[in-house]
Amino acid sequence: MAEVSLREVVKRYDEVEAVRGIDLDIADHEFVVLVGPSGCGKSTTLRMIAGLEDITGGDIAIGGDVVNDVPPKDRDIAMVFQNYALYPHMTVAENMSFGLRLKHYPKAEIKSRVAEAARMLDITDLIDRKPKQLSGGQRQRVAMGRAIVRNPKVFLFDEPLSNLDAKLRVQMRIEIKKVHQKVRTTTVYVTHDQVEAMTLADRVVVMNKGRIEQIGTPNELYHHPATRFVAGFIGSPAMNFVPCRLEEAGGKLNVRVTDRLAFALPPARAARYANAPRNEKLLLGIRPEHLSEANGHAAPGVENFETVLDVTEPMGMETLVYFTLQGTQVCGRVNPSAGARDGAPLRLAVDLNNMHLLNEGTGAVL
Amino acid sequence: MSTLAIDKAGPSRKVKYGSMSRDRAWALRWSYFFLTLFAIFSLVPPIYMLITSLKSSAEISAATNPWWVFHPTLSNYLELLTSNQFLRFFWNSACVAVIVVTITMLISVPAAFALSRMKFWGSATLATGVFLTYLIPDSLLFLPLFKMFAVFSDWTGIRLINKWYVLLFLYPTLTVPFCTWIMIGYFASIPKELDEAAIIDGASWFQTLTRIFIPVALPGLIAATIFAFTVSWAQFLYPLVFTTSTDQLVMPVGIITTLIKGDVFNWGQIMTGALLGAAPPLLIYAFLMDYYIAGLTAGATKG
Repeated sequence: MAEVSLREVVKRYDEVEAVRGIDLDIADHEFVVLVGPSGCGKSTTLRMIAGLEDITGGDIAIGGDVVNDVPPKDRDIAMVFQNYALYPHMTVAENMSFGLRLKHYPKAEIKSRVAEAARMLDITDLIDRKPKQLSGGQRQRVAMGRAIVRNPKVFLFDEPLSNLDAKLRVQMRIEIKKVHQKVRTTTVYVTHDQVEAMTLADRVVVMNKGRIEQIGTPNELYHHPATRFVAGFIGSPAMNFVPCRLEEAGGKLNVRVTDRLAFALPPARAARYANAPRNEKLLLGIRPEHLSEANGHAAPGVENFETVLDVTEPMGMETLVYFTLQGTQVCGRVNPSAGARDGAPLRLAVDLNNMHLLNEGTGAVL
Repeated sequence: MSTLAIDKAGPSRKVKYGSMSRDRAWALRWSYFFLTLFAIFSLVPPIYMLITSLKSSAEISAATNPWWVFHPTLSNYLELLTSNQFLRFFWNSACVAVIVVTITMLISVPAAFALSRMKFWGSATLATGVFLTYLIPDSLLFLPLFKMFAVFSDWTGIRLINKWYVLLFLYPTLTVPFCTWIMIGYFASIPKELDEAAIIDGASWFQTLTRIFIPVALPGLIAATIFAFTVSWAQFLYPLVFTTSTDQLVMPVGIITTLIKGDVFNWGQIMTGALLGAAPPLLIYAFLMDYYIAGLTAGATKG
């Protein structure tokens, strides 16, 4: 068990700077997920923690010791790869025990550790099989087993579920969470899937273009994104961004979307944006779940408006509706019984208690 | 794999499903046509050798049908297999081939591992260089090599020329570059995550090579072994140039120098010797073919 800390870590490949000076502190027992689009530097960061990539600048410490020049085998870490990376000529048990055998652990201990991990992952029946006789999900369990038996200071996961189909991914996600609850090993997990990040993490690190955009708990990122990138990346379907302006009318703050459409801000939001620039180009950020069908009794901070739908997507438990506002496509989530049809008009309600205002130029959330 | 699929699909394809199956049928017909042609082309010489080896000298020189044996005899086989000379050639060939294969593998497997995995300054250039070395034909190399051994002998007094074991120094110049090249290809096909997993598990480079790479690339290793064995078993120019005493000869040269006396060709024994000489590589192929075909990397990664 150990904490991991990164100080001003930089990775440069020739001319390209893949990681541009990141600082990150991961507490003991914590499950931290690095998430971001491909090429954002998340995998490179993980591989630097593992020791598979040299670091160009900065320091990485595991358990308080700087490990910049320590080879991977002496860092006491275990890693699970996207494509499992099982040794094809070894059985499941041999795969799991390879690291222990290299370190000359006593046979009895190896056996009991493998049995324990296999039981935890429910692969006891597969212990004598070769990897090619296993399904994708089973292979990924074995790969996790190989990490667990080592009982390392830190677990590193590099997009472990990306090769699995959607159903299995959900199942394995829960499995990973259960394993972490049992072993409580400090974990760094890399994924491009924000759902995985939100569901698994104690804290999520959102990365973009080699930098950390924001670090926070899943709820913090969802409710209080710091930048347009984070706001758009976390949540599915993504947050809508509609060009707007702030205007003052009769002592009240309004957010004006079109000449005919403006919403009055609820008091809490009005106070927050009291010093925001007036009559400047801004973006109204509103999540699809805060755009639903209008109902009779208006709640405070909820404003109704008429729109004509372009497309509807029935999902069963809800219907996604798409319409155009100020030239941008906007998505809302309505009740299946709300009568949303392609091309039909619909009265929608926007919950301004959960709105965000963003600076269009810098992307900063106000 | 693909030929296997064609074989399996063959019978069921009699049911016509449309143009796809017609295309397929034609493709199959052409493949069988060319495969048959190729089989005839490569099988006629050994069959002719077998027929001739079963004939007496008198029958060979008689003007009868050359494709039929009228009075089959095993005398050629008996004479060769009881002649000390022939057994000596066979023994020399076997020693040379086995030792050369061992030397080749001990050099080319670690070399290929280093060139394909341990990225170091100039590794790519070196890998290309290894292959270019193979492109220099032995007919160009034998003169400078001969000179080299002559000079070596002058300087040190150690005479290697006209000893069978001089071939142990010569053949690796042909086998090592090519086997290294084959193994680089096989090692390169092993997913990078596999050695990374091994490194994280605590394996050294040497352990990664012996416990992961060699078992996983076994088909490649066998291909390289077969190649090295075939080259050293069948090499003709080097032994012809470097060995002359009868007791130092290997089989290909031995057969030619002892069974052709002036303009007298002992065809029956030459053919028998050639057939017996072809037997060891054939047996090795037969035994190793199963391993060679089995794709051992299956299951390592997503696949």
